[in-house]
Amino acid sequence: MPERIVTVNVYAKILAVLLILTATTCAVSYIDMGRMNLVVMVLIACAKASLVALIFMHLRYSRHLMSIVAVGALFWLGILVALTLGDYLTRGWQ
Amino acid sequence: MGAVTTKTEEVQENYLNAEYGWKSWLFTTDHKRIGLLYLVSITLFFFLGGLFALLIRLDLLTPPGDMMSSEAYNKMFSMHGIIMVFFFLIPSIPAVLGNFVIPMMIGARDVAFPRLNLLSWYLFNIGGLCMLYAVVNGGVDTGWTFYPPYSSNFSNTNVAMAVTAIFIAGFSSIVTGLNFIITIHTMRAPGMTWFRLPLFIWSLYATSLIQVLGTPILAISLALVAAERLLHLGVFDPAYGGDPVLFQHIFWFYSHPAVYIMVLPSMGVVSELIPTFARKIIYGYKVVAAASVAIAIFSFLVWGHHMFVSGQSIFIGMVFSLLSYAVAIPSAVKVFNWTATLYKSSVSFQTPMLYAFGFIGLFTIGGLTGLFVAALGVNIHVTDTYFIIAHFHYIMVGGAVMGYLGGIHYWWPKISGRMYPEIWGKLAALTIFVGFNLTFFPQFILGYLGMPRRYHAYPPEFEMLNVLSTAGASILGVGYILPLIYLAWSMRYGEKAGPNPWFATGLEWRTPSPPPKKNFLETPVVTWEAYDISGQPDLVERLHNEDRIYKSALQAEERKREELGVETPAEGA
Repeated sequence: MPERIVTVNVYAKILAVLLILTATTCAVSYIDMGRMNLVVMVLIACAKASLVALIFMHLRYSRHLMSIVAVGALFWLGILVALTLGDYLTRGWQ
Repeated sequence: MGAVTTKTEEVQENYLNAEYGWKSWLFTTDHKRIGLLYLVSITLFFFLGGLFALLIRLDLLTPPGDMMSSEAYNKMFSMHGIIMVFFFLIPSIPAVLGNFVIPMMIGARDVAFPRLNLLSWYLFNIGGLCMLYAVVNGGVDTGWTFYPPYSSNFSNTNVAMAVTAIFIAGFSSIVTGLNFIITIHTMRAPGMTWFRLPLFIWSLYATSLIQVLGTPILAISLALVAAERLLHLGVFDPAYGGDPVLFQHIFWFYSHPAVYIMVLPSMGVVSELIPTFARKIIYGYKVVAAASVAIAIFSFLVWGHHMFVSGQSIFIGMVFSLLSYAVAIPSAVKVFNWTATLYKSSVSFQTPMLYAFGFIGLFTIGGLTGLFVAALGVNIHVTDTYFIIAHFHYIMVGGAVMGYLGGIHYWWPKISGRMYPEIWGKLAALTIFVGFNLTFFPQFILGYLGMPRRYHAYPPEFEMLNVLSTAGASILGVGYILPLIYLAWSMRYGEKAGPNPWFATGLEWRTPSPPPKKNFLETPVVTWEAYDISGQPDLVERLHNEDRIYKSALQAEERKREELGVETPAEGA
């Protein structure tokens, strides 16, 4: 499968979006939204990570197998988080 | 006749004689040479780790533990564990035998990324040198598991250097795994479909998945320990707002699957040895292949069984206990399928097969005692006792090392082009089997009676069993040194092996021994199913010829008997 050439223009735009999102994260930290602060931060971080994976790491232009690998890795991290939380959230369980 | 002799004695170009000099080894990208480089590195670490084991067993010879101080003893078992696990067992079969045979088994000329392959060996050695520095600079006393608070505020030893060493060596493991996955996906010869792959490939594919998915988590857990020690970041230390049990979760998320990084490749070796030396197609090929992948997946769901007494919740303890029983299913499937393969087969008891038998028996004991300790109630009784030590040594030494040695003997003719001396091979296999059981079986009893691990002084009533164990360790030590000597001897003086001394069906046996630099003189095309000898008419013919030679030898012996007037023994007597 030939490698798709992504123009510098696209990279520049994505870089700009990432910088804007970073600035948003900083700005949000000055606003007290209680527990929602964390949610917003994590959502922004996820959006940034997705952009990096999809565009900079060419996941968007690669074969589906690559996407399966990426999703698989996230799923495995999910196993770690889920079963660990399975301990912490049930410490009072009798 | 003279001309024929000259022709047979003519030395063919192969990977060993294609280039000479140290640069040709240290800068090689040939997967076979890299495999041998790994063999040298891990053999050194094996004997260093073995030396620590020897000192441990010597100290345990007498109840007061008067050979060394408690601090020195702590360092001995820690360094034994760290070196054996991270610098011998994990790289053993994948990096040595995997590197050597995977490309040949699938009909490729090398791995997908040969230079990354060499990089992995350098990373391993840089990690190894860091570890050696930690050892000579005073050692580590945390146990191989680096649990905080032993590794945080209660340790003044070389924890940061040791975790750095494992961190670096871990990347070597990731790179090797990644390389194998991509090689197996993209470089199979024409006709080598997924279900024609040898089962060793399936096992190493599953192993590589664990290496790639699990090792980064180990790196993270060790990096966090280092960060906490050096930067006082609050992760595991309650004083900084951390939680020590969190370390155990992250650590065992890798380190339980790591057990399968050690034992799955051995299962792969056994799956090669049994069809070859029983002259029969493996029973239930697809199930054995699927069991490898199932073990790899299940292995990530059971880590909490190391933490039943850590203070984790009872609920998750029950979940982990149940899941741990699930992992026994694919393991048992393999054992039953190997045994079923042996049924009505014609077994030849050559050295590799002796190791395969050793593996099946010892792995079964290790696996079944694993079910004891996966049960919540029994686990509380035997946690941190010698029962646990015996259990995991049955898996890691009885399982993983037996498979590794079986594989080394099996592929030695391919690696060196020479046969090892069979009688010495059998003697060593037997010595190791006896020595191993004498070392570790008494430890099951010691543990059940309540002798805790990681203490070097014990009540006098445990002395007899400890003496037996130490005696066994000395036999085991002799058993491990023997192959080192006769394999080195055979490289020069061994009988020439020929391409396929075992009448094995894998592609690696269809190329000269030692193989040419690019593995095959022409790209092989696979038209037969895995382990099916009838698919290779030349091999069938060779077998028939051998059989004819054998039969005519028998007939000659019978005639001689008749001439001498000796009665032929009755059939079945």
